[in-house]
Amino acid sequence: MEIKPPVPQIPASFWKSVKDLQEWETHHKRRPETGDKHSSLFEQVTEGIHSFPGGFALTTVADGFFNWARKSSVWPVSFGLACCAIEMMATFASRFDVERLGMVPWASPRHSDLMIVSGTVTIKMAPMLERIYDQMPDPKWVVSMGSCANSGGPFRHGYHVVKGVDRVVPVDVYVPGCPPPPESLLNGLLLLQDQISQFRRTGQRAEPNEKVD
Amino acid sequence: MTAERARELLATVGGVTVAPDATPIKVHVLPEQWVDVARLAKDTLGCAFFNFLTAIDWKAEGLEIVAWLDNLDAKFAVEMRMKIAPGETACPSLVPVYRGADWMERECFDMFGVRFAGHPDLRRILLADDWEGHPLLKSYAVDTPHPPYR
Repeated sequence: MEIKPPVPQIPASFWKSVKDLQEWETHHKRRPETGDKHSSLFEQVTEGIHSFPGGFALTTVADGFFNWARKSSVWPVSFGLACCAIEMMATFASRFDVERLGMVPWASPRHSDLMIVSGTVTIKMAPMLERIYDQMPDPKWVVSMGSCANSGGPFRHGYHVVKGVDRVVPVDVYVPGCPPPPESLLNGLLLLQDQISQFRRTGQRAEPNEKVD
Repeated sequence: MTAERARELLATVGGVTVAPDATPIKVHVLPEQWVDVARLAKDTLGCAFFNFLTAIDWKAEGLEIVAWLDNLDAKFAVEMRMKIAPGETACPSLVPVYRGADWMERECFDMFGVRFAGHPDLRRILLADDWEGHPLLKSYAVDTPHPPYR
């Protein structure tokens, strides 16, 4: 009697990769081309200094100084959604201690620069998340932490989960993992600091950074 | 009260089918007896703890309501099951007997669309108030769009 090896039965996937990418491009919320809200007076003054002979040296130095200040005091909102928030707390706590990078978890969105979306965003929670994002002053950044916030994760085919938080707010850094360990989040935060150090004088976004994008 | 005595008592009620030798005691009840059997379980059998209530969608055969009643002192449980007709969503409410049934029935309404007659405050409990449809029904498509987020 001939014994046949079992034929692996691989179920057809729910989606094709190209289709999924197209779907991401359709729904991905980009930052507005005009950049963040910022002081137009400040912009005009800096533009004037920049166009003045030799003024570029001053603005470039000022630029570097402001970006250094921005990236050295990124305050995240204390805002946890699911199990990723436990890892986020571990990152804030003494063993990993992001406070040495200048990140102080702050309990008010109005004083914060960074929102770490740590966990599953349900359709019922999305309007509240958007409201917290709107309450933060510009310039502001968003780190999407974990599979659920990146794409919906294991709950992608559920009925109540937003398939990626980039459908709600524009995202700067995606941290993969389920949940990402504190090292991953720390790496994501360092990449975000790199991105902030490229923040341009007029308040617009940086050119794509090959370390991040 | 013991589990055997409870089984005997439930078998004497007309129209109630007690599954033989099932642990917990599993009874199939007709819709018009639903509240009466629950009252019997609470007052006579001593099932003081209303554990949970949920529903099963049997597609063409309609919905089946399942309620689990516990007697924590004598350590036995009664599982009440009731089929409601296909296409039917009305069902008698257990809130007059067990106050603990309140949120369970609201959840069952939320997920399966069962309308409990006699419930004091039947509205959605988990999903948003403007949600359309009942997602645990088999007829609900998981990719139903919910603008603007999905």
